[in-house]
Amino acid sequence: MKNPPALYLEADTISPDWFAGKTAAQIAELPVYEGNTPGKLGDYFEITGNAGPTATDTKIVVKGDVKKIKYLGMKMSAGELLVEGSPDQYAGAWMSGGTMLVKGDVDAFAGIGMKGGELTIEGNAGNYLGAAYRGDWRGMAGGKIFVKGNAGSDVGMYMNGGEIVINGNVDVHLATHAEGGKIVIKGNSPGKMGGQMVEGDVVIFGTIDVMMPGFKYADDVELEVDGSKGLFTHYIGDTGERHKKKKGQIVYGNLYQKI
Amino acid sequence: MTEYIIKNGHVFDPVQGIKGDEADIAIKDGKIVKDSEVGKSAKVIDAKGKTVMAGAVEIHAHIAGPKVNLGRIYRPEDKLFTSTPTKGLERTGSGNSIPSTFKTGYEYAKMGYTTAFEAAMPPLFSRHVHEEMRDTPIIDEGAYPVFGNNWFVMEYLKNKEIENTAAYCAWLLRATKGYAIKVVNPGGTEAWAWGLNCLSIHDPVPYFDITPAEIIKGLIEANEFLGLPHSMHIHPNNLGNPGCYETTLDTLKLAEGYKAKNKFGREQVMHLTHTQFHSYGGENWGNFESKSKEVIDYVNKHKNITIDTGNVTLDETTTMTADGPFEHHLTGLNHLKWANVDVELETAAGVVPYIYSPDIKVCAIQWSIGLELALMAKDPMRCFITTDHPNAGPFTRYPRIIKWLMSAKAREARINSFKNSDKVVSATHIAGIDKELSLYELAQMTRAGPAKSLGLSGRVGGLKPGMDADVVVYNFNPDIPVTDPEQIETAFSRAAYTFKSGVEVVVNGDVVNNGNKRTLWVDAKVKDNPLVMRDIKEKFLKYYSMTQSNYESLGHHFVPNPFAIEVDATQ
Repeated sequence: MKNPPALYLEADTISPDWFAGKTAAQIAELPVYEGNTPGKLGDYFEITGNAGPTATDTKIVVKGDVKKIKYLGMKMSAGELLVEGSPDQYAGAWMSGGTMLVKGDVDAFAGIGMKGGELTIEGNAGNYLGAAYRGDWRGMAGGKIFVKGNAGSDVGMYMNGGEIVINGNVDVHLATHAEGGKIVIKGNSPGKMGGQMVEGDVVIFGTIDVMMPGFKYADDVELEVDGSKGLFTHYIGDTGERHKKKKGQIVYGNLYQKI
Repeated sequence: MTEYIIKNGHVFDPVQGIKGDEADIAIKDGKIVKDSEVGKSAKVIDAKGKTVMAGAVEIHAHIAGPKVNLGRIYRPEDKLFTSTPTKGLERTGSGNSIPSTFKTGYEYAKMGYTTAFEAAMPPLFSRHVHEEMRDTPIIDEGAYPVFGNNWFVMEYLKNKEIENTAAYCAWLLRATKGYAIKVVNPGGTEAWAWGLNCLSIHDPVPYFDITPAEIIKGLIEANEFLGLPHSMHIHPNNLGNPGCYETTLDTLKLAEGYKAKNKFGREQVMHLTHTQFHSYGGENWGNFESKSKEVIDYVNKHKNITIDTGNVTLDETTTMTADGPFEHHLTGLNHLKWANVDVELETAAGVVPYIYSPDIKVCAIQWSIGLELALMAKDPMRCFITTDHPNAGPFTRYPRIIKWLMSAKAREARINSFKNSDKVVSATHIAGIDKELSLYELAQMTRAGPAKSLGLSGRVGGLKPGMDADVVVYNFNPDIPVTDPEQIETAFSRAAYTFKSGVEVVVNGDVVNNGNKRTLWVDAKVKDNPLVMRDIKEKFLKYYSMTQSNYESLGHHFVPNPFAIEVDATQ
């Protein structure tokens, strides 16, 4: 980053798919928007090195203050993206492959609609992590998101596949409308988890302040999560929703809390 | 105004019977004129090796008003990655199945459409409809107010009071600046307020104790009493259900014995819209099948009916209709989000997103039915191409439908790539049809035909001297055999030139002028009718949530450039 933008910069072109097969000079010509003004990547970043011939063998390192950069790694399908700062919204949104590592925090909508690949956040994540776009019903469907810190509200809204692991705490409305996938929370939750959830698993190691009324106790089970075994209380829900049947059995969303 | 002469193009004009001959089209003062009437300074457009037609006429699309806007508001995901930035004269736009008003105008003009009709205007919200039409540039537009579930209409028709119904219709057309009498699920939408529906033409409407059949026949009679330019325009009962073709045939039979009475050259008394949705056989989604043949055979034999197709384009789209109960039924099928609105004494509406997937058998059969109707229609002047935008697909897919209609090879490729192609073929007729639409037939189905059905045959849809100079030039040479069907889609996606009322509005697919957009409406004069006027006043006092003086659409704000078609029904 050589010239930080005054407004937010929409830089979905910072992705191995866009960089692949290009020289530094060609990469500098890639289009970006600052507000509603079109510009070039080279206006804001100093670009060194060349990309690999395909996205798979392209590795990008983004240095500097990226607090005002949106859409980093959007729709990337392969390769590596390392972000040394804390980007704004939509980091790794609609990713379908490759690995993205963020050293700092991410703002809202990181990994929304993700289909594959790995997104690792060493700091904290904002709201709507691995969720669906505004109004959409197609949330995270595949891949893995790992957060070392805490995450905000509405994590995994409309999630229907893949896995999210959060080492810290989460805020409210986790796994709302979930139709599949798995979320593991090592910390605590203030509650309102799994509202309108019809399928999928949520595993929480810490406390839940307020349980959703649509969840009911099923049984106690032993689970192996992240290599360690433990006893968990198993709740099913959201019982107020329409659920499908598999082999004659009604499928519910599962909520496991460490005993 | 600049004069133009479009030279040496292959002209297709059903109004004059020109079938691809090389001819010159001259434009002066907004009208088509004889070549000799333009001066030497006329701007020459070289159309050698290109196709020249009149501007196309959209007879049925949902492109303005509260229901469309509800779709825009509750589907932000429809705007995702579909924004178009400011470019030259063009303002920014957004949306795919429910584009913003500006994008709607630009897209129609770029495809060579110059006139379009909003298919369902809730009278109470006509001001909203007109504000959106005002902000849709270039194309002339009109809107059809809905009458099929209106309390006045049902009360008058219960007592067989045709003249009072006609007087009320004339008042409402003037108050809302409407163009035609539209009927959506007659009686059924009102029944929906009681949690019911009318699935056949004989199901009684609760409280009003009238049947859909009585509403339909009554409105045909009121329409012909007034002699309106367009006929009664109907979305019949039982839309979209397996086996619904029987209700469709029952509805069509109601037109028997009626003859068009008007001074606009219109011959039909009923326009059946989005016929694809009404041509389903089978008892359930498992044995769902095409009954397009049964429906189109009936239409082919009866000259007092016109139809449009409602082609499924196999896209993700947003369904929206004044058929409130149907949208509730649909959200029960696909479990996606649902919005519903009740419009007081008049109508209702529902909105549900829908994905027509080529991997789903039912969707592929729906795709086949729409094309079968267009390919099996014997009179292209009575069968028009629509997508019932956005219900069966976005209007921006017209070029793709044209490709499927003009190329058996393109259809075959599509059928073979369906996931359930064997099952689709056995439930439809499409694989056995080798007909390929000619450019002349295309001009009939998208220009001259809809213009005639709308009572606009003297003005638009043709290239005869004296008609409005709505002209389009496509980069398509009919002398060169098509090797790749994609060439058809590409050519019809972006016109080389579009002229609207003599103004060059599109050049090489780019908007170069915002034209002089007009709002078409019908001003029908009837004898003074104090009874109807008193009833209107009373209903506003007793039931409506707004006053009569706040109801009307008038003045520059709502209708800045009106074009009234006058009808005299006082005799």
